[in-house]
Amino acid sequence: MELNIAMNFRRLAVTWMAAAVAASTILAAKDASAQATFITVASTTSTEQSGLFKQLLPDFRKATGIEARVVALGTGQALDMGRRGDADVVFVHDKVAEEKFVADGFGVKRLEVMYNDFIVVGPKADPAGAKGKDILAGLKKIEASKSPFVSRADKSGTHAAELRYWKAAGIEKPQGAWYRETGSGMGPTLNTASAMNAYALTDRGTWLSFKNRGELVIVVEGDQRLFNQYGVMLVNPAKHAHVKKEAGQKFVDWVVSPAGQAAIAAYKIDGEQLFFPNAKP
Amino acid sequence: MFEIFASLGLALDLMANGDSAFVRVVAISLELSLAAAVLGSAIGLPLGALVAIGRFPGRRSLIVSLNALLGLPSVVVGLVVYLMLSRAGPLGTWGLLFTPGAIVIAQTVLVIPIVAALARQVVEDSWNEYAEQLRSLGVGTGRAVRTLLWDTRFSLLTVALAGFGRAASEVGAVMIVGGNIDGVTRVMTTAIALETSKGDLPLALALGIVLILVVLAVNAGAYAIREWSAKHHG
Repeated sequence: MELNIAMNFRRLAVTWMAAAVAASTILAAKDASAQATFITVASTTSTEQSGLFKQLLPDFRKATGIEARVVALGTGQALDMGRRGDADVVFVHDKVAEEKFVADGFGVKRLEVMYNDFIVVGPKADPAGAKGKDILAGLKKIEASKSPFVSRADKSGTHAAELRYWKAAGIEKPQGAWYRETGSGMGPTLNTASAMNAYALTDRGTWLSFKNRGELVIVVEGDQRLFNQYGVMLVNPAKHAHVKKEAGQKFVDWVVSPAGQAAIAAYKIDGEQLFFPNAKP
Repeated sequence: MFEIFASLGLALDLMANGDSAFVRVVAISLELSLAAAVLGSAIGLPLGALVAIGRFPGRRSLIVSLNALLGLPSVVVGLVVYLMLSRAGPLGTWGLLFTPGAIVIAQTVLVIPIVAALARQVVEDSWNEYAEQLRSLGVGTGRAVRTLLWDTRFSLLTVALAGFGRAASEVGAVMIVGGNIDGVTRVMTTAIALETSKGDLPLALALGIVLILVVLAVNAGAYAIREWSAKHHG
């Protein structure tokens, strides 16, 4: 009986181990087969959540045979991913931070790709009376009336822009119970704003694809200063030797090419164009 | 309330006419969570049994640590695995970050404590019952571990399922090390998180309902296997 148990146990253990080994080899093999043909792109939640990549990536793959895997984070985190060498290409929207990234030698060259714009959304009733075209005047009114405002506070491109607007409006650092920092992405921040009926700065793309709007409407739009430029850059292979230089460069070249630019212009939600290509030929 | 009913309808619709993208998300979820449950059990079960009956220095602290690890915040596991696998980290050359392999590693780390802690309890109960008998037969620790693991195999299946549940329901760590890449590392939980952040709450909840049904199906399958083998090999 003892022997029997030992044999049965061995059989079970062998089966279990075999399953474990099989599971890991399948996973490893699956990944190895794709290794040669994929690149990792660190990008922002605004481009991913607006659905732009769903339009762009299949076209890019058709043109080059390369699979682009997008990890969507805030701009600050995405640049950090590039700095650590965990991405081949960075596609983000914070010109100041991007130029520093390239100047520090982490990126090869920054190319402008497209723009969209920021808007301020807020309660339909507009208790602060912020409605209009002027972003700085709008923010001043929100601060003066202590109307609830929800901030990303996550070092994203949108957060960096928000802080610049406050500063330009003469408010060095907004504080008080009315100013709420979520420390999360655009979508979660809009969910919070919607639940609190608060004001928030958002990019238009995320807003257009956002469904849980509640009482929120666009309050401020159309100011030249709300222009939001996106840039793309290859992570410097001189810093990180494993960067897929050729495939990554193909992605950079493609998004600024006429084909890539046309694909960006063609992306619409409910007939509204989200991103406006403006790469310099 | 209305939203919940809308989600139920949406969940049924997804399962009836789910597009290939949806099916892929479910498949990736199942595949990775099962792999993690199998790997985690392969390590956790013997570990738990050894702690249950082995007599070695530091055993008590090991038991306390294992139990404490049950409360391990998954985000911390995600962060540690991220730092290990990042190109700037010690295992960076493996190039595993943002691949399915990274998810399995993080999930396995989360599965091991739960499997080990539960297996310890199960095996210890059995040990209390048979210790004298096994000792009188002059059975050594290694042999006793194997005998008791085999003896309690049906209870241990439930333990492995708890490990699967832990893996399948994981979101924080999976998001960090997998990157939620469409078609590669997007699993049900991260898809739910994504839809929530897009404000599409009915779709997010519908995906949640599907996830619950998937976990339910796996458990039902395991239960059936257990019943069947108990009848035939009991």
